[in-house]
Amino acid sequence: MNLSSLARQLLLAIALPIVLLVLWWFISANNTSPFWPSLETIFKAFPTTWTADRIMADIMPSLARLALGYGLALIIGVALGTLIGLNRTVRALLEPALEFLRAIPPPVLVPIIALFVGYSGWTGKIAAIALGCLWPILLNTVEGVRGLDEVLVDTSRTYRFRKPTYFYQVVLRGSSPQVATGARQALSLGVIMMVISELFAADNGLGAAIVQAQRSFAIPQMWTGIILLGVIGFLLSVIFRVVEHRALAWYRGLRQSERGS
Amino acid sequence: MSIDTTPAPRERIDTTTPALDVRGLKKVYTGHGRDVEAVRNLTFTIRSGELVCIVGPSGAGKTTLLRCISGLLDVTDGEVVLDGKKVTEPPPGMAVVFQEYGRSLFPWLTVRQNIELPLKEKGLKKAERAEKVQTAIDAVGLTDSADAHPWQLSGGMQQRVAIARAVAYEPSVLLMDEPFAAVDAQTRADLEDLVRDLWHKFKVTVLFVTHDIDEAVYLGERVLVLSHRPTVILEDVKITLPDERSQLETRSTKEFADLRHHVYEQIQKAKQGFRPDGDTA
Repeated sequence: MNLSSLARQLLLAIALPIVLLVLWWFISANNTSPFWPSLETIFKAFPTTWTADRIMADIMPSLARLALGYGLALIIGVALGTLIGLNRTVRALLEPALEFLRAIPPPVLVPIIALFVGYSGWTGKIAAIALGCLWPILLNTVEGVRGLDEVLVDTSRTYRFRKPTYFYQVVLRGSSPQVATGARQALSLGVIMMVISELFAADNGLGAAIVQAQRSFAIPQMWTGIILLGVIGFLLSVIFRVVEHRALAWYRGLRQSERGS
Repeated sequence: MSIDTTPAPRERIDTTTPALDVRGLKKVYTGHGRDVEAVRNLTFTIRSGELVCIVGPSGAGKTTLLRCISGLLDVTDGEVVLDGKKVTEPPPGMAVVFQEYGRSLFPWLTVRQNIELPLKEKGLKKAERAEKVQTAIDAVGLTDSADAHPWQLSGGMQQRVAIARAVAYEPSVLLMDEPFAAVDAQTRADLEDLVRDLWHKFKVTVLFVTHDIDEAVYLGERVLVLSHRPTVILEDVKITLPDERSQLETRSTKEFADLRHHVYEQIQKAKQGFRPDGDTA
């Protein structure tokens, strides 16, 4: 890809956000409603709202809990998904129950978790994020492991791959495209669960900060929090894509060559 | 006919030690309320250093037979013995080249890594691995593609990778399951010559399964003709063609035509349900 086509792509990507921001700026410019402050007011509230102290006190704990919950879901989801995917009996036994559990909207879990560990504190919040992220990772891993190519499995059997090699080189890498699909879905769920888990106790965190601002009628400050959430969500998905792009380069190539032939 | 007379003398064939011994092999699939007998009382021996082709009509259970021999499938009765040991799971002394070349290579590994991985599992040291991998890559003519991924290569080249991987593994017996059924005719001819070439170079024992009569006669030192299901061996044909074979010359000799004619006749009989004496389907 040369420089001019890269510039063109960048331009296409940021054109709409710029148009929307400009529109927002002018439409809200002379707004007198206290609930719809002008974009200018919101921007001016940013540096006073998100001081270094607040970043350490609210944003960092939120992100740390998200990372812990998401990481936990990734480990448990892939491990459990592999187990279920490899064993037909276990799969037949668990699949209906899993489909049922998956159908429960994760936010409803927050009050239940709170019964056991309370609303404040990290445990409940991390558990809520992990439970929310778990299902897409788990179910996609099951699908990925089940869909492993049998010729590839036969190949690793005839060459007598050791168990760890088989799990890493065949099962894990073979199912990684589906695991990535689940992990991508889980990431946006994770951000949702991160906010929701903070709304109830509202002690610290980004979600808590937004609720506190809203309750004290600090409307521009509330808006800054919402915009910040959007930016964080966007950045996380960019990071995810970069990692996926590098880790699954072989998969893109394989798909392209299959389409080409 | 010159078929069962004087085999071409091959000094390097050690006629005393069987590499692979299949005795009374029987495979019955059970399920869906009925039993299907795929293979019945099949017996043959391959001596160390031989190149034997198995040819049979479509639906003769060739793949079933090969999966039983390679230990991927349990046998119902009889036994497969490799290097004097009974096969109950995929044995260490065996490598298999599958028909589905694209699906038997690891798409996340490069050509070199694909060939190296089984050697790593075998416990070879790094330097030894690197040497064997390079030798195999050069032998199949993939020197320039060693660091490519399989999906960047054509079908014929992918099958070369699978063959290189099998040869580098240095198996007692190399099984090939219709390896060239999915490549075009010209590539196929090249790959056939490659198999003969590697067989000479690496002194590997090969069992080559195919549905192509010409291929079987051109490649083999012996051709085992299979019957229709339930499969038994109809005839063990000695191929008396000279050791140096070429697509152009060998295929136009009278001897080749005679052998081909004979095997073709057997296959036709097999399709019509002909079975050896005393055996009924």
